[in-house]
Amino acid sequence: MEMPDPDARVISAKADIVRRLSAVVGKDALIHAPEELRAYECDALTAYRCPPLAVVLPSTTEEVSAVMAICHAARVPVVPRGAGTSLAGGSLPTADSVVIGVARMTEVLETSHDDRLIRVQTGRTNLSVTGAVEEDGFFYAPDPSSQLACAIAGNIAMNSGGAHCLKYGVTTNNLLGVTLVQMDGTVVELGGGHMDAAGLDLLGLVCGSEGQLGLVTEATLRILPKPEGARPVLIGFDSLEVAGACVADIIRAGVLPVAIEFMDRPCIRATDAFSGAGYPDCEALLIVEVEGAEAEIDQQLELICAIARRHDPVELRQSGSPEESARIWLGRKSAFGAMGQMADYICLDGTIPVSELPRVLRGTAELAESYGLKVANVFHAGDGNMHPLILYDANRPGDLAKAEDLGADILRLCVEAGGCLTGEHGVGIEKRDLMTAQFTGDDLEAQMRVKDVFDPDWLLNPAKVFPLAASASRRALAAE
Amino acid sequence: MIEPRSEDELAAMLRAGDGPLVPRGGDTRAAVAGRARLSTAGLTGITLYEPGALTLVARAGTPMAEIDRALADEGQRLAFEPPSMAAVLGRDGVSTIGGVVATNASGPRRMVAGACRDSLIGVRLVDGTGMIVSNGGRVMKNVTGYDLVKLMAGSRGMLGVLTEVSFKTLPCPETALTLRASGLSPERAVAAMSAALGTPFEVTGAAHDPALGATWLRLEGFEASVAARADRLAAALSGWGAWDRDADAELWPRLRDAADFVGGAGDLWRISVRPSRAAGVAARLPGRWRMDWGGGLIWAETPRGHDLRADLPGLEGHATLVRASPATHDRLGTLHPEPAPVGALTAGLKSRFDPRGLFRAAA
Ligand SMILES: Cc1cc2nc3c(=O)[nH]c(=O)nc-3n(C[C@H](O)[C@H](O)[C@H](O)COP(=O)(O)OP(=O)(O)OC[C@H]3O[C@@H](n4cnc5c(N)ncnc54)[C@H](O)[C@@H]3O)c2cc1C
Repeated sequence: MEMPDPDARVISAKADIVRRLSAVVGKDALIHAPEELRAYECDALTAYRCPPLAVVLPSTTEEVSAVMAICHAARVPVVPRGAGTSLAGGSLPTADSVVIGVARMTEVLETSHDDRLIRVQTGRTNLSVTGAVEEDGFFYAPDPSSQLACAIAGNIAMNSGGAHCLKYGVTTNNLLGVTLVQMDGTVVELGGGHMDAAGLDLLGLVCGSEGQLGLVTEATLRILPKPEGARPVLIGFDSLEVAGACVADIIRAGVLPVAIEFMDRPCIRATDAFSGAGYPDCEALLIVEVEGAEAEIDQQLELICAIARRHDPVELRQSGSPEESARIWLGRKSAFGAMGQMADYICLDGTIPVSELPRVLRGTAELAESYGLKVANVFHAGDGNMHPLILYDANRPGDLAKAEDLGADILRLCVEAGGCLTGEHGVGIEKRDLMTAQFTGDDLEAQMRVKDVFDPDWLLNPAKVFPLAASASRRALAAE
Repeated sequence: MIEPRSEDELAAMLRAGDGPLVPRGGDTRAAVAGRARLSTAGLTGITLYEPGALTLVARAGTPMAEIDRALADEGQRLAFEPPSMAAVLGRDGVSTIGGVVATNASGPRRMVAGACRDSLIGVRLVDGTGMIVSNGGRVMKNVTGYDLVKLMAGSRGMLGVLTEVSFKTLPCPETALTLRASGLSPERAVAAMSAALGTPFEVTGAAHDPALGATWLRLEGFEASVAARADRLAAALSGWGAWDRDADAELWPRLRDAADFVGGAGDLWRISVRPSRAAGVAARLPGRWRMDWGGGLIWAETPRGHDLRADLPGLEGHATLVRASPATHDRLGTLHPEPAPVGALTAGLKSRFDPRGLFRAAA
């Protein structure tokens, strides 16, 4: 992965920069010893690593603002960091950068049941946001599988989704406001307890901007009343096409499940062996979950099962108890762990129109075969968000590069099918150079203009999202 | 009037143009006097509709009536309940899908199903330099690059001319039911609506009209489920009095379109506010008002030319001038003033997307 040359001036000024930072944050909030910096050299895309110049772990918006003003004045790039679980290399540092991590900013600032919102510092983990309101019968809807670890900060930057976003939407649909610190230290409030923007929807623009427009220190999130109950049904099919058709029929029928998860045979076998979930050995498995009161759940599941029966399922397993529900979900929830035990893997997340599912699954299998690599599929079928897992062996020379090439081909296939490169993980460095497969030069130009406005010096989270060639002239101009 | 027949023609016109222009859809939402008009009436038609994938793509000038018809034929709809503002604005133009997007216009269901911007999944536009830009697409989950879809929703023609928009659609529910309580004070009405929205019964409408003394709650879904939820909701809210079924089928469309303010003599405002502050805001309003979104939205009529924002210092939210004379729009500003750093970002975006100042935002 090509990264820009670190700024030698910044590297040689390290001692001075550290001294200035230590004037605004306490000693225990500043890391600059090489051996300690190693902990921040990568995120969950571990194939790429680079220790930063220094790491700052502030506690308040004011501290973040002061640190950014110093970095801005000294022209030091800043890499915002939440919990470091990005799968796209979104928080990969450069050698000349200061990482600002929000991990210590975990407070709940306000909860209001009347307004159905919670305001938090963004270092708080996704799951602990729900934890703060669940006693009162509320929850925070976006539920990435990494929710135990990942921070709201990263969720906002990546516009993260989860299994239940078919019904509840992704982060941007559940975000009411942010406190944003711009690169020069300016603090901006966008949105708040009310709905919609007075003028341009800058909140919507910031969400999903991968830490390149500003650092988000506080967030107002929408919370929802917990449904009375939820129950899944497991449906097995002997063909990918038929499973795909069943998904489309369920969606059309007017039931809105909270989740429709899809696994193919390689994934079913691996997860079943790993978790003992007792899945049938078949070509495709759907887990469809609905919510509501008991009677409602019954009614919705009846409809879903009727649709499924029309497609001749090899298995139709309704859950009769919370234990059975947990067992149905068990394999799905441990899918990534199961794969991780079998091999190293790259997790893609291209999204396609639901109608293209069978074609893209077949195309993916053909591509995998031509590369001599295995691919397992587990994904959010209701919204077409694929998660092909490319299995490879990190110890075999050349295998990673081969897997990456296959990944790029699969993502091109998604784009060609009318879809996109990433549905929830973000572009980061991982898909940066593929952006031209989805966007024209003008499309990218329009996005880079937004960056020009928020961060004219191009110092925030460098070398992510845009192909280096596309941003070269802007970066050169900014460096002058 | 400029009326391009295609996106390319529009791009060529904008490259050559020296403005100022006012992009407009069907002329039902916005007015600025004395400017050349740019019409999207030549850019029409649904280009893709896949009910099984819940996706609809249409050119920006497509009349809403055509979109509604296509959706109804498949038993689907747009979740955000797009309002039709023609009557309340006293116009007779045809409402277009591009106009809905440009104003992020959203009806009563907005508070739970999201605004127009939340259903919008893709846009194509031509900016002030004549550059054709595509962002988002036709899939429901997409985080590839910056989200210019959100930026364009509600941008009121400030940054560019929309040429095509893509939406996530939803199936229509089997049935809807409205519960009505009478005689609640604004404070108690908001409390009742908040309590209702805090139940798991999936309330999709919550409005209050002090003139009629009515507070309404809407439930949607399968017949049996709606009936059961209605009983349990009424029981849960019994502390606020009796909740009777209201059979008026036109109630929600009327609330959506602000039909109760049609023909009014005064100016009309839309105030977005935290529900818990709604009653306090309502108490300071100089004229007729009504609440939607569980108190999150207040429609307010004021004497002509009255500066409502001056009555609401420190408002946590914003007040948009919906209906007023061009002079009042100019003097008070259609949109709520932004704090300086936000205003600087808005101005920066405007200068990048429209460096020659071709577009003047429509009121
Ligand atoms: C096992 C596993 C499962 C996962 N499952 C899902 C899933 O189901 N759905 C999903 O969407 N994702 C998933 N992810 C990806 C990842 O968890 C999400 O992208 C998450 O939102 C990242 O959050 P984080 O706090 O770890 O962010 P980081 O990894 O620390 O950072 C991510 C990005 O956010 C930026 N950023 C961080 N903090 C800030 C800030 N304060 N202000 C501005 N920008 C900031 C960073 O610069 C970077 O670009 C998964 C990851 C793993 C490892």
